[in-house]
Amino acid sequence: MACFLVSAAEAAVITAVEKAEEKKELKASESNTEIAEKVTIPMSRKLKWLTYMLWGGVVLLAFEHIWHGEVVPWFPFLTAMSNPGDAAEMFHEMATVGVAMAALITAVWIGMCVAADLIVKRSVQTAVQKTTM
Amino acid sequence: MTLLITVFAAVIVTVVWYNRKDDSMKLGILLFMFWGASLMWLIDAIFEYAELKAEYFTPAIGDMINDAFLGLSVVALGLVIWVVRLLITDPKGSVRAALSKKNK
Repeated sequence: MACFLVSAAEAAVITAVEKAEEKKELKASESNTEIAEKVTIPMSRKLKWLTYMLWGGVVLLAFEHIWHGEVVPWFPFLTAMSNPGDAAEMFHEMATVGVAMAALITAVWIGMCVAADLIVKRSVQTAVQKTTM
Repeated sequence: MTLLITVFAAVIVTVVWYNRKDDSMKLGILLFMFWGASLMWLIDAIFEYAELKAEYFTPAIGDMINDAFLGLSVVALGLVIWVVRLLITDPKGSVRAALSKKNK
């Protein structure tokens, strides 16, 4: 009904956090060259992965809702909002399906970040071993 | 059907991204978009399965065709978003080169 709105809200917050983090990292790299030379994946890049997943999913799911006539181009934009019974069902769906969607994407993203850090660490260790041999 | 088509699209894009020679095609955004949508539809499918049980796996032919058509439309929309972004950001400079070319 409107489950994608939960992910849309998360995406908006994460986008703002990502922009702030990007600015912070840029300032840090300008003031301290050691941080820039460190071989790690910047947090802003990791947050970008999450925003791409969230916004991408939101756009494609919004299209599905338009397809099924659940989202309309006139006020109140959600057909379920036209009567209280449907609205209550919509809020229940947002609280269950919507939250589960946002939670799964975030959980997958955390897994991706851990895996990416391990891959980078492994490649650095391999390079160090090759140079010391 | 929509979930299946999106998952296939996500896997194909991931394989193409893995075999890329450079990052000029900006496949990452397409990859994340399809995986994000796939995960969201997976949750939708789980909740629907919890409600319908075995009936979930025996949809009516009409519903299946509609879902397949929706899945293909979703993939097309994702590809259109990606190609528009690619042309706007123009990482290879092809659009800029074409526009700055003098008429002979």
